[in-house]
This record gives sequence, C-alpha cells and structure tokens, in this order.
Amino acid sequence: MKLIHPLVCSVCFRYRLFLETLAGVQDLSAFSLENRDGETVLCIEGDWTVATIAPLERDLLRSVARQSANSVDVSALQAFDTAGALLVHKALTTTSETDAAPYGIQGEHAGAEALLEIVARRELSPETQPHRPKNFIDVLARIGEGAVEFCSETIETLSFIGEALLTTLKLVVQPHKIRWTSVVAIMEEAGLEALPIVSFLSFFVGMVIAFIGATMLQQTLGATVFTVELVGWAMMREFGVVLTGILLAGRTNSSFTAQIGSMKMRQEVDAMQTLGIDPIEALVTPRILAMMVMTPLLTFAATLSGMLGGLMISWVALDISPILFITRIQDIVVIQNFWVGLSKAPIFAMIVALIACRQGLQVRGDVQSLGRATTASVVHAIFLIIVADALFAMMYMELGI
Amino acid sequence: MSETIVEVRGLKTQFGNHVVHENLDFNLIKGETVGVIGPSGCGKSVLLSEIVGLLTPAKGKIKVFGETLSELSSGERQAIERRWSVMFQDGALFSNLTVRENVLVPLKEHTNLSAGFMHELADLKISLAGLPLSAADKRPSELSGGMRKRAAMARSLALDPELLFLDEPTAGLDPITAGRFDALVRDLSRLLGLTVFLVTHDLDTLKATCDRIAVLGDKRVKYIGPLEEIARIDDPWIEEYFGGPRGRSVVD
Repeated sequence: MKLIHPLVCSVCFRYRLFLETLAGVQDLSAFSLENRDGETVLCIEGDWTVATIAPLERDLLRSVARQSANSVDVSALQAFDTAGALLVHKALTTTSETDAAPYGIQGEHAGAEALLEIVARRELSPETQPHRPKNFIDVLARIGEGAVEFCSETIETLSFIGEALLTTLKLVVQPHKIRWTSVVAIMEEAGLEALPIVSFLSFFVGMVIAFIGATMLQQTLGATVFTVELVGWAMMREFGVVLTGILLAGRTNSSFTAQIGSMKMRQEVDAMQTLGIDPIEALVTPRILAMMVMTPLLTFAATLSGMLGGLMISWVALDISPILFITRIQDIVVIQNFWVGLSKAPIFAMIVALIACRQGLQVRGDVQSLGRATTASVVHAIFLIIVADALFAMMYMELGI
Repeated sequence: MSETIVEVRGLKTQFGNHVVHENLDFNLIKGETVGVIGPSGCGKSVLLSEIVGLLTPAKGKIKVFGETLSELSSGERQAIERRWSVMFQDGALFSNLTVRENVLVPLKEHTNLSAGFMHELADLKISLAGLPLSAADKRPSELSGGMRKRAAMARSLALDPELLFLDEPTAGLDPITAGRFDALVRDLSRLLGLTVFLVTHDLDTLKATCDRIAVLGDKRVKYIGPLEEIARIDDPWIEEYFGGPRGRSVVD
C-alpha cells in the first residue's frame, strides 16, 4: 500500500494537470476565506472566467455555506467575466434570504463592481413547479387527447383530399389554367428519373420469380414450362404496379414532402396565398396530374422489364427459348391481366401525391416537424399502397376477373 | 501599442468571374467596436465569413488573435474559435431547441460546469440580452423577429467571447429594442473589454456604438476612421449615405 500510494497521487496529479492543459487554463484561479475585523471576506485571485471556474464551483459553494462571507476582495483578481461574477454573487448570497442582499467589494478591479451589479440586477426565473408523479387521470387524459387528435387529423385529411381533388377536377375542365411548366418538370423529376431504378428493380424481381417458380414447378409437377405463365401473371397483375408504387412512395413522397415542407417553413406558401395564388392549385394539382400520367407509364416499363428478367432466366437456366416464352405469354396469359395491373396505377399515383402534399403542408416552423412529416409521408404511402392492393385483389376476385 | 485582434492583408475574394474583394486590408484593435458599412453587395458579410473561417479567400492573409486559422491544427483552431462568437443575420438559432437550450449548447460543449449553474448562467445571458425569462422555454418559431434576435445575442454571449461578430444586429428591430441593443453592445464592450466587428446599416447604431467606421467600396476598405471624420469625407456614396434625411439627423 505504502508503495502504491505516492504513485497513485502522482498519476492523479498528472491527470489534473492534463485536464487543465486541455481546458487551456494557464493561470490557476483560486479563492480563500479570510477573517478581517470580525467579518469573513472571500478573497478571489487569478482568472475567474467561464473557462476556469468549473473546478472551483462546488468547493466554493460548499465552503461558503459552512462559513458565510459578506464581502469579496477582488484585488488579486485578473480576468473576470459574467460567469465568474455569477458564481461570486451566488456564493455571497446563498446564505441570505433575499438574492439581492448587499455585500461589500474590497480592493480595486476594473469592471468587477459593474459586472457584479449586472448579475445582481438579473431577472430570476420563477420557482419551477416540483415534478408531479403521473397518475391514472393523466393516462386517461393522454388517451383522450390522442383520440381527439386522431379524429381532427382524420377530418383534416379528408377535407384536404376533398379540396385537392375538387381543385384538380376544376382545372381539368379548364386546362388552360393548369401550370403546365411545373407539371412537365415534375413528370421529368419524379417520373422519367425514376425509370432506371424502377426497371432495374423489377428486372431482378422477375429473375427471382422465374428461379423460384422453376424450382418449385420442377419438384412438384416436373413441368418447368409453366414458369412463363407464373412470371407473366405475377408481373402483370401484381409486381409491376406494386413495385412501382412502393418505389415512388420512397422516392417521390420524400422529395415532395421535403420540397413543400421547406417552402412552408420559409413562409413561401404564405407568400403565395397573399399574392392570390392558391397553394393547392400551384403545388398540389401539378403533382397529382404528373403522377397520374407517369405512374402508369412506369408500371408499364416495370412490367416489361420484369418479364424480360424472367425470359432471361428461362432461357439460360431452363432452356425455354425467347420465342417460346413470348408465344406462351401471348397465347396463355390473357391481356386482361395487364389491364388489371395497370388499373391500380392511377390510384397508387393519387395515394403518393396526396399524402406527400398533405404531409408537406403540415410542416410547422421547426426542423423536427419537417423530419417527422417526411417519415410519416413515406410510411403512410407504403402502408396505403399495400392496403389498396389487397382491396383490389379482393375486388377482382369477387368480380371474377 | 495596442494589440491587434484581427489582421487582414491583401485579401482577394472571387466567386467565379466576380471579384468581390481585391487587395483589401483591415485591422481590428483590442477593445474597439468597428462598424462596417458599404453599398449592398459590396461583400460586408463575405468579409465576416472569411474572418471566421467559413469561407476561404482566393488570396491574402487573415490573422485572428495573432494566428492564421488555416495553418492551425483542429484542436488549436477550436481553442481560438471559443474566444469569439458570431451572431448571424437571421439568428441561426437551432429550431428544435428552446431558447434556453440554444444558449446552453456552447456552455455544455465547452465547459464542465454543473447543470444547475449552467442553467442559471443561461438565464443570466437571456436577461442580459433583454429577453424576459418567460421566453426561455419557447422555441424560436414561437418568438417574434425581435425576440429571436435577442435570443441569438444571448447565445453568442454564452461563453463571454473576447471578439464578437454581429451581422446586421438591429435590422428589423423596433427603435426601442434597437436602442437597448446598442446600449448592450456598448456596455459589454466597456465592461468585458469586448472587441466588436459590426456589419450594419443602422445609422443610430453606428453613432451609438462604434469607435471607428470602415467603409467598403471599390473592392477594398476605402476609408476607416471615427464617424465624424468619415462623415466629412468628399465621396459621392458617403455624401449620399450621411447626407440623406436619415443620415443628417445622426451626424448633426
């Protein structure tokens, strides 16, 4: 023990030195309590600034609490700032009832008196209420608040959808009022630029379907040639359009929400309104129209490239020649399947555009609400696309198509 | 000889083909408040950004506290950056934090004071900047423009900087608040020995706070000196600036 002790001390000392070098402390700040003519004086020396007082804070408040001082000697003080002044002020007033209790200042220092006065004059924060533990009523209140919020949110969403659709319909009747420039720009940005990723993705999904189908059909029926029907059906009816929808929900929803949201944050939407421009007409309708046009086209591209993926695998792995593949698709997979798939595209387009714009217009002044709205926009759109797809599947099954 | 805090020599700034500054020299001496004026687009805010290292000039040397920023290691640079603070034109408050949390950001980052003391110190800065403490728990988006400015001032004062950069601090404030702001800048520079670099168009602020005024024009600091001297200079822009109805009331 005796051997270790000095070593530990020296390590501690070095550690402290290291910390002080890190903090950039050159002149050590210090304090002492002296007894002069029966009254206790707090003598402070060195730099008392925001960078140097951290190590002193606890010691000072503790020793003053033990032995209250009623004046301060600033003659050995060097640098002094408001943080140092606040600490000194606190130390000298902790034991008195009122914060503004007068205390004497001894010695000369340029600025010390004025700084201490500034600190003494400050407005005090009102006593914060002690934290009340949550009880059963609070839980009920939160549930109630949540329910009310949900209802008003639903009503607002419905009224937004109504307004947006009505405005769009009105504009479709008067096509000269549609903002064609922005429609075309959005068609390029959200449609054409999504073409590579949509085609690639469904190409690979088509390959995967062909592979899985071939393995299963080989094992159960011994008839790999049905892979063609499988790929055709799957891509036309479901995968082409659902893949497009989900990709657009990720790609377009986030960008629409962020665009409209930051316009909202910078009061650009308010400015539009004051200039007599209807934000729905200028921001929402062009997006709805552009998506309504582009989503079916993208779905068509996705379906084609998905089948191309299936064709490649059938040719390479299953020895089904492209000619045979195309003939079988033409003869056996009826064109109805393609129309079933494509009929969902405009609905998915509406989901994407409406949710993105709605969330964008919900953004308030702070950055966090922008992040929240963007996330909500993508999540809600993907969710609704899949729900809508399920509803479509049920509907077409009932109709026997 | 008083200590030079900021020294700019032979500065050249260029954006594409557009030359903003050419061969610009500028000095800031410890404890003084210098107001920078000049026509719109003459590069006042750009000069500020270059001094604090947000922009790199095409040519020239900038020394702050006797050090060239670009030659320092990141640790040394941080130590220098702690000694100044910048108040941006539109506040640049963190919008997802309350005013008090905004002021606490630099304190938490750079000191190891106890949480209670930091809190009190933040409240002190907020009231020093002239904000009521009832605003401390609000977010910037809930405040008026003038209050946001003061909150930004409170944050820039958090670490008791030696050098303060203010970009249009009184623009958009009502005359009463602007007047208090001027008094605050003057008091702080007197009490804390603060050096202030002030970009402004507010003639009252120039008169109330500035020891010297630097006039930017022709891509350089055209004139620098006390207000009375500058106002007498025979230069068309200065004559229009101080000779107009707004300017005359300040100079007279």
